[in-house]
Amino acid sequence: MAGGNGHEEHTKWVMVIDLDRCNGCGACVTACAMENNVAFVGEEENAYGRGMHWLRLQRYWEGEGDDLRVRYIPTMCQQCSNAPCEPVCPVYATLHSEAEELNLQVYNRCIGTRYCANNCPYVARTFNWFDYEWPEPLNFQLNPDVTVRRRGIMEKCTFCIQRIRRAEEDAKAEGREVYDGEVQPACAQACPTEAIVFGNWRDPNSRVRQLAASERAFKLEEALGTEPKVIYLAGGRHEF
Amino acid sequence: MSSEFHPRNEAEARHIEALKQEHLLLDHKTRAEMNDMVMEAVEDTSREWKIAVTVLGLVTAVTLFGAWGYMMLNGLGLAGIRRPIYWGLFIVSFVFWIGISHAGTFVSAILRVFKAEFRRPFTRAAELMTTFGLAAAGLYPLVHLGRTWRFYWMMPYPNQRWLWPNWRSPLLWDFFAINTYLIGSTLYLYLPLIPDMAMARDRSTGWRRAVYGLLALGWRGTEQEWKNLQKAIQIFAWAIIPVMFSVHTIVSWDFAVAMKLGWHSTIFGPYFIIGALLSGIAAVNVVLFTVRATTKNMRYFIRPEHFDALGKLLLIISLSWAYFFFNEFILEWYGGEHTIKEILKFYMFGDIAPVWWTMVTCNVFIPGLLLWNRKFRRTPWLMFIMGIVVNIGMFAERYVIVTGALSRNRFPFDWGWYEPKLVEISIVFGTFMLFLFLYTLAARFLPLIPVWEVEEGQHSHTWRRIGKAVLPAVSDLESLD
Repeated sequence: MAGGNGHEEHTKWVMVIDLDRCNGCGACVTACAMENNVAFVGEEENAYGRGMHWLRLQRYWEGEGDDLRVRYIPTMCQQCSNAPCEPVCPVYATLHSEAEELNLQVYNRCIGTRYCANNCPYVARTFNWFDYEWPEPLNFQLNPDVTVRRRGIMEKCTFCIQRIRRAEEDAKAEGREVYDGEVQPACAQACPTEAIVFGNWRDPNSRVRQLAASERAFKLEEALGTEPKVIYLAGGRHEF
Repeated sequence: MSSEFHPRNEAEARHIEALKQEHLLLDHKTRAEMNDMVMEAVEDTSREWKIAVTVLGLVTAVTLFGAWGYMMLNGLGLAGIRRPIYWGLFIVSFVFWIGISHAGTFVSAILRVFKAEFRRPFTRAAELMTTFGLAAAGLYPLVHLGRTWRFYWMMPYPNQRWLWPNWRSPLLWDFFAINTYLIGSTLYLYLPLIPDMAMARDRSTGWRRAVYGLLALGWRGTEQEWKNLQKAIQIFAWAIIPVMFSVHTIVSWDFAVAMKLGWHSTIFGPYFIIGALLSGIAAVNVVLFTVRATTKNMRYFIRPEHFDALGKLLLIISLSWAYFFFNEFILEWYGGEHTIKEILKFYMFGDIAPVWWTMVTCNVFIPGLLLWNRKFRRTPWLMFIMGIVVNIGMFAERYVIVTGALSRNRFPFDWGWYEPKLVEISIVFGTFMLFLFLYTLAARFLPLIPVWEVEEGQHSHTWRRIGKAVLPAVSDLESLD
């Protein structure tokens, strides 16, 4: 969008997740669910594989005996620049936003073919199998900024687009640029170890930019060419 | 004409009689006789038939539409699918029925183009299978949607919001491929039916006469009409073949274009076509046996020779399937990619192994070991069982490809397991009932045998005496105009 909106370059939101800092507490999962009105499916359905969490902690065990270690990889929609989920949707319910460089999911347009979910190499998408109810008192904490989804449609992490919008509008009203760290997705905000950092890639001084310069930086399944916008910093014994 | 052919002695007479017993096209009857036989079969709406149609209709209504409605009201969660296996029995059955629908066109169009004479009596029975197979298959893209009531968003129609479907999506290609095939194959079924509709019109009364008359399009059987019809059938027989190939190729692309290991395979197009023909031709055997067993006068038209010919075809297709399967499987294995190896290991030794081995056994070993045997091929009930066995194998193949590949992903955290639930099983069972219902209904309404095509075949089969031998002679020359 060269010169389209008056900015030289629009923002490119990225996330950096330091796996050395992640202790697997799960605060991000909870915060995400509360911020984004993620359906509460109940214990049984969740165990069956119907959990709706947009963010999951992949847990892997390494080694044996005294050397046993547990490793976590918080995984959400990687907001691929070249997303496999997008071309397969017959109705453009999942599509690329030029302005935000994000993968959007248009709930009202989705007819529920679930093809996008099959084609996601990160299995990051979730499906509304039923119309779920929030049991009390969870029903009192629904976020008015986020749509409540009904049965039969796909959903996924949006990088808390409602927060991005809010920060951009605030900045615009005050006649300034969005400053680094102003936008914090719920997961980043809740993380007690600050393992998750969010920011604008186009800002050369941003924290994400500095963190991503680490030699530990990698992207999930980078060789697939999906160009994810989540950058991980390798944890544990670093073998490069 | 052969009816004027006089044997010179007893031995010759026996020889001719034996050949007549064997080959329909040498066993001449007059057109009037055959018309009467077919009409008698069509109008045989016995009590048993009425009960069968009623029961099939009711069972379809409950198990298919009842279960589907129930699922729509409550949510797709009633099916067994779960992360990461987002497609299950519905897509498996979709591919299965598309496969079944292929045989009609194959048997009818390709055998017609290559002038395989044995096709004549059963082209229509096979073409009907195509139409009803597509009717069953066509439901699944709707059944499996999370919001079925929004299915029309897949169609390109002008709307206020200027929203257009996504032409890059294989599901949209599916939508058009299936519709093209449905329209094309229905027209192809209809064209050779016109003279038979006229025949039925002239031999029936009441509502049947009215409907047949409408469908006969005022056919009178003039020379010009026959010429036009022959030309149209020729054009359609050629044109429908690429359509048929493209349909199943496009269905295979639902998988092959995906960024999914176990699906992303360049051989899937032809592999799926061969699989479709394998299940389809096997199903023709099942249908022909059933028609022969339940419909009057069919033993004259459908004979062991036809099961024999179909059996040979089935054997060739089974071996071809094995060839494609081998190429798919072994080459993937040799590629050595880690996740692929996990998928293939899962197929052969994992939880899904019983399904995978059923596939290999039913698609290759059983047909490969038995169909060499001429006696086996000529026994209709054995070919009926073979048809069912091969179709179990092909259903298993689709089950492994769809749900098996989805069970093993790049991250071991995303591995899963799928088991179908009652609603899915009921709906899939329901489409089988729907197929049977439609076919049973059609069997007492449409002449299942294209009488004029059989007559045409009998005209071109004559006897010749060469020296001391009496030989059947076949002329299949095309006329010049």
